[in-house]
Amino acid sequence: MTRFLLPLGIFIVLVAFLAIGLNLNPREVPSPLIGKPAPAFSLPRLHQPEAKFAPQDMQGKVWLLNVWASWCVSCRQEHPILVELAKTGLVPIVGLNYKDQRADALKWLDRFGDPYTLSIVDAEGRVGIDYGVYGVPETYLIDKTGVIRFKQIGPVTQDVLEKTILPLVAELNK
Amino acid sequence: MKKPLTTETQRHRGFLCFALLCVLCVSVVNPVSAKEAAPLAQDEAVEKRMVTISEELRCLVCQNESLAASRADLAQDLRREIREQIGQGKSDKEILDFMVGRYGDFVRYRPPLKGTTLLLWFGPFALLLAGVAGLVIILRRRARRVAPANLSAEEQKKAEELLKLGESELKP
Repeated sequence: MTRFLLPLGIFIVLVAFLAIGLNLNPREVPSPLIGKPAPAFSLPRLHQPEAKFAPQDMQGKVWLLNVWASWCVSCRQEHPILVELAKTGLVPIVGLNYKDQRADALKWLDRFGDPYTLSIVDAEGRVGIDYGVYGVPETYLIDKTGVIRFKQIGPVTQDVLEKTILPLVAELNK
Repeated sequence: MKKPLTTETQRHRGFLCFALLCVLCVSVVNPVSAKEAAPLAQDEAVEKRMVTISEELRCLVCQNESLAASRADLAQDLRREIREQIGQGKSDKEILDFMVGRYGDFVRYRPPLKGTTLLLWFGPFALLLAGVAGLVIILRRRARRVAPANLSAEEQKKAEELLKLGESELKP
């Protein structure tokens, strides 16, 4: 009997490992920036190019930094969720317009709605590199002291928003 | 004598057309490749170092390609970043640390040896050892199983007879 039990046991372990492995998303690379201060920058705003924005401006607030672009297809998927979130006023969203054309970006916001408290322009993607952006959209949750607490790679889904982001926002706002 | 001449001119014309086509192809293709090659020509030493560094790094957009080989937009930006940092006189280690600080150990094809990567580095050897140990155990058990059977004198005699019979039958 043990002759068959041992291979069966090994097989079950193998299947378990494969099942876990195949359900992991290789695109989601854990960010080393979690728990670290959000990299500093100073970028022109999308709507008022003369005005600048820096992360320190949000000191004392819990906020989301959402990396988006008009050429990004998955951004369209998450956009309605962000628009709805903006309506609730639970957390301010700053948009980082990544490697985009100003005109295209403005047109895109006109068409799909603008959930952002303000948007900033990273035309060359340099701030994106500092934040470890490798696939748009990406969303960072930054706390009152300017530390990154959570990063969503890929579109924000209703599920992630309700189960992870909003509870974390509530906790950080305490 | 006129016929061969016409085929000659036809061949000539054909060659001309072919040459013209070649020139067209080159003139169409050339501006594109020239544009892409532009950064390469700037400084060969910097470029060489950039390639050695970026071959150590994974492109996060197309994860099975190195940063050196990838044509993804981000890879181009990161190569530009590496080039600039070389220009600023940073060491290879500093540049690798810059990348790891932003994208994590995963960007390196040879991640550093530490607590979280122990299994990655030594897991295969552990599996190999387990396999060898298993093989040794099985082989030993098998050796024990074919231990010599104790035959009685009569059985021994019968076995020899049968063997002889078999041999004689085999002979032509």
